[in-house]
Amino acid sequence: MSTLSTKHLLGIEQLTRADIELIFETADNFKTIINRPIKKVPSLRDVTIANIFFENSTRTRVSFELAEKRLSADTVNFSSSSSSVSKGETLIDTVNNILSMKVDMVVMRHPAPGAAMFLAEHVDAQVVNAGDGTHEHPTQALLDAYSMREKFGSLEGKNVIIVGDILHSRVALSNILCLRKLGAKVKVCGPPTLIPKYIEELGVEVEYDLDKALQWCDVANMLRIQLERQDIKYFPSLREYQMQYGLTTNRLERIGKEITIMHPGPINRGVEISSEVADSTNSIILEQVENGVAVRMAVLYLLAGQANVDE
Amino acid sequence: MKNKRPILDSTQIDISLHRLALELHEEHGDFSNTAIIGLQPRGINLAKSIHGLLQEISGNEDIKFGELDSTFYRDDFRRGDKVLIPNSIELPFSIEGMNVILVDDVLYTGRSVRSALNALTDFGRPNRTELLVLIDRKYNRELPIQPDYTGEAVDTRTKDRVLVELDGNDPIVWIVTEEKK
Repeated sequence: MSTLSTKHLLGIEQLTRADIELIFETADNFKTIINRPIKKVPSLRDVTIANIFFENSTRTRVSFELAEKRLSADTVNFSSSSSSVSKGETLIDTVNNILSMKVDMVVMRHPAPGAAMFLAEHVDAQVVNAGDGTHEHPTQALLDAYSMREKFGSLEGKNVIIVGDILHSRVALSNILCLRKLGAKVKVCGPPTLIPKYIEELGVEVEYDLDKALQWCDVANMLRIQLERQDIKYFPSLREYQMQYGLTTNRLERIGKEITIMHPGPINRGVEISSEVADSTNSIILEQVENGVAVRMAVLYLLAGQANVDE
Repeated sequence: MKNKRPILDSTQIDISLHRLALELHEEHGDFSNTAIIGLQPRGINLAKSIHGLLQEISGNEDIKFGELDSTFYRDDFRRGDKVLIPNSIELPFSIEGMNVILVDDVLYTGRSVRSALNALTDFGRPNRTELLVLIDRKYNRELPIQPDYTGEAVDTRTKDRVLVELDGNDPIVWIVTEEKK
């Protein structure tokens, strides 16, 4: 198999294990390219990509834009705060207007779950989901898994915990799907109010005690509390959350084993993770960011490459 | 009906490789400032053989060797019916100011050599770049690219295919032609 099984990247759910492995192998090539003096290849020089962000983003947006530029694609950027969306235009109208200016691919972040799939069904362009509400964030999961693969060689049989606001996290869902497809074992950990019901259906276990979860795991992926998505109080205070679920040097010393620390960003230092832990040698947070560009290059390259391939 | 016949057997290939190595030695001396770079995927085995012979002949055991992949520089991306999947690049040295010998098994349209030349530019500015091929398919060129060192020049039609098998114990070069009805 040397093509992806899909023309869009809407979520990890639609990818096969072979797809994910193809993306990783291609990303290996791009990682060498972005580490040499000339960090650019001309592959996508006849492709135009629109980055459409209806939600705030720093890392993902910069990462996608760098990936596009290093593939020599032309890019246009668009964010909802400075656009006609605030004047009442619908999503399809907005995107179709952009596409009529001859755009080939759309990278979109949107607050509504399913927005990327909706768009893929209604417009004539390849769609890459850069986060749709609380649903999926596939490129984040891919770069997380790629970073683990880089560290361990294979994810088969590795124990990964995802800690924090599982209920509101698209990173958590995409990570669970991706890690399960690659053969890793996953536990989620957090306050009961932030663990969705029936999450065991996804093949993960729930652990409410962070110390026990840390004892079990090889990798701890720490998530941010998404206060902007929380319409009610899910726990008494951030201080209490930090006491129960914050990853600190004290806690890690008590556990006494080597655990690889990950965080998708943005970090709330002193809440879910202390500064010492975030900046420690076991943390691969900045590697995740670097790998993000290579993985996104691979996704864009593979999708663009099969735009004209018949299914 | 397809017809497959050998055009070079292992003895002939051996003789060609030795001759090519001697030509290179004559031109580049002890290879102190010259690198052999095989083109992915099918030029690698040939480049390794040539590199091995050159180390024997020249007495220099540190002749620089690299593997170049030009997938991202090809001109048929998004034009064909398949996705182009890249191979690895191994260029653990700077080519700035060096003499570079690109090695590929077959020169046909010249398009992959064109893309390789572009890829090479992104690693530095060589002093001089030359091209070595085992098989030169004359009369099929689509770009003004010619080899500097040729194992064997053959006349082929566009529909024919040339297969170079260097990895087994018994190296051989085949030509596959369509039989006339």
